[in-house]
Amino acid sequence: MTETPIRRILPLLLLLAVVAAVAALVTLVGGDEAQLTVTEALIRLTVVVGISIFIGNSGVVSFGHIGFMCIAAYAAAWATCNPMWKQLMLTGLPMFLQENQYPFLAAVGGGAVLAAAVALVFGAVILRLSGIAASIATFAFLAIVNNVYSNWDTVTAGVSSIIGIPTVVDPWIGLAFALIAIVLAFWFKNSRMGLMLRATRDDPVAARASGVSIVRVRLAAFVLSAFVVGLGGTLYAQFLGVVTVDMFYLQLTFVTLAMLIIGGMGSITGAVVGVFAVTVFVEFFRYLEAGVTVGESVFGLPEGSQEIALGVGMALILIFMPQGLTRSKELKLPRSKGRPVPAALTARELPAGS
Amino acid sequence: MINFAQTFIDALSLGSLYALAALGIGLLFGILRLINFAYGDLITLGAYALIIPSTEAVATLFIGNWPWFLVIAAVAVVVVVAALASDFLVFRHVRRADPSTLMIASFAVSFVIQNVILMFYGSRPKSVDLWSNLNYQLQMGEVRIPLLQIVTILATLVLMGGLTLLLKRTSLGIQMRAAAEDFRMARYLGVRGNLVIGLAFALSGVLAAVASLLLLSQVGTLSQTMGVPLMLFAFIATVVGGMGSLVGAATGGFAVAFASVFLQAYLPDELRPFRDSFVFGIVILMLLVRPSGLIPTKALVERV
Repeated sequence: MTETPIRRILPLLLLLAVVAAVAALVTLVGGDEAQLTVTEALIRLTVVVGISIFIGNSGVVSFGHIGFMCIAAYAAAWATCNPMWKQLMLTGLPMFLQENQYPFLAAVGGGAVLAAAVALVFGAVILRLSGIAASIATFAFLAIVNNVYSNWDTVTAGVSSIIGIPTVVDPWIGLAFALIAIVLAFWFKNSRMGLMLRATRDDPVAARASGVSIVRVRLAAFVLSAFVVGLGGTLYAQFLGVVTVDMFYLQLTFVTLAMLIIGGMGSITGAVVGVFAVTVFVEFFRYLEAGVTVGESVFGLPEGSQEIALGVGMALILIFMPQGLTRSKELKLPRSKGRPVPAALTARELPAGS
Repeated sequence: MINFAQTFIDALSLGSLYALAALGIGLLFGILRLINFAYGDLITLGAYALIIPSTEAVATLFIGNWPWFLVIAAVAVVVVVAALASDFLVFRHVRRADPSTLMIASFAVSFVIQNVILMFYGSRPKSVDLWSNLNYQLQMGEVRIPLLQIVTILATLVLMGGLTLLLKRTSLGIQMRAAAEDFRMARYLGVRGNLVIGLAFALSGVLAAVASLLLLSQVGTLSQTMGVPLMLFAFIATVVGGMGSLVGAATGGFAVAFASVFLQAYLPDELRPFRDSFVFGIVILMLLVRPSGLIPTKALVERV
């Protein structure tokens, strides 16, 4: 490739700047409620970028990543919540977790590493499957995580919540981790591994003929992506202060996939745009649901309309813009002059309908 | 031995329900490569159809009070219309997409149906008394069999028989099987794609309607996610049985039900709550050692 190093990381810098600027602006200008929205959106951004590390580069749709989020969030809850409560309610936890309360960063790191470790074991088993079979297996994984965490009463408190997790995550912490996630995703995408993985996505036969081990490169992406999703999970636990197993099931899987698809599955910019678009969209509908006063009367949409709108929006994107709002391309500055770059080098798109 | 017989009949009746639902999913996958997540919500919709048009907190039956054959017909009409609408509005436009995209599209449809129900009926579960006399238990020796289980098994046998006749003996059925075998080739030979696909959606709707009535008389409570677990098990049944094969779907339904009922009966107490994990684990195992399922078809062979 003839691109200079600066040219290559320019999209990354641009993306980081835009995310930071938007988040900072809303946080500084908006009130408390806006801050909560921004924090949650940034956590979701971390998760969605994490998911896109695997789906975007490998082309294999995973329905199981929210399972990693669940694992990491519970790990963070185990690490940080009040020891008295743990000794009373979570008697099955190992002693080092029961008796101590760990700092924020230890909980974040521990949770993400646990998610990555589970991904390593599980991925080694299922990633030899191809296409839709792998997707089904990831779905089965999500169901297993949900079933285990719903019933392992002495460790996860079953279907009831783990409460009293210190809520230390503010917009700035959320922003820091979202930026880290984006950097990691970019680094991986342009790394040797990432290139090989994208080669297996675009043409598995040719990639294999060039000596790429599909299982190995997929596994690398799977583990990294579970790690980043795990980061998001630990943040989420320490943002809400409560974890319940039902938070991490079909609903969240749907919302995060919707974000990825609406933005464009094939690019990191797509993940960012998707989170932004869906957040704005959902907030708008939430505002309408709360009721808008026009003169004397209040007009409000009934409960459930934001979800319906999201589902309809996603279907429309799938039908009319299968590559998403960004057409699965990365952000880049318009070129004023210089040599033309062949289309094949700039637009690495997911093969549509192949 | 008595315990075994009881467990066996439980498994048979659960298997019938799974097989019904799995057939509906298998039909669509065979022809469209569509794993229809919205299928569970069609089942939910069928159950809610019984209390249309009342939206009060306490459910009152309207259609549900009609004679049983009218109930079945009316619910079937509602569900079939919804299934056809989902094809017409969404799936028809993403037909060329790969299976994962189709699956995501069906996720979107499912989400919309669930929330439309939520919008009208709220999130509180409603208890509904449908055909409660089916809970009567027949005593046969030392084994007790609820009438409902027998009805479930019979209904499944009738529907599977009817479906088999339709697919084997009628021209449309043969066209459907041809389309399931090789959709593009079938179209070259004059099979009308949209007709066959519409028929598949309609048939899967009928199966969903019956499944929803059986499910509702079993659980007695309406909730907007009531169909989801059934759909999940039916879905894994089609995977175990062999995606795209109807015999496979039915076999898979029974296999999954037997696995889950017998695990429930014979797992040690402390592992019993994790039964579903074992069932889902079996699915992953199955995908690994025999990815084409118990009854393989050409549907899942990915060509280079």
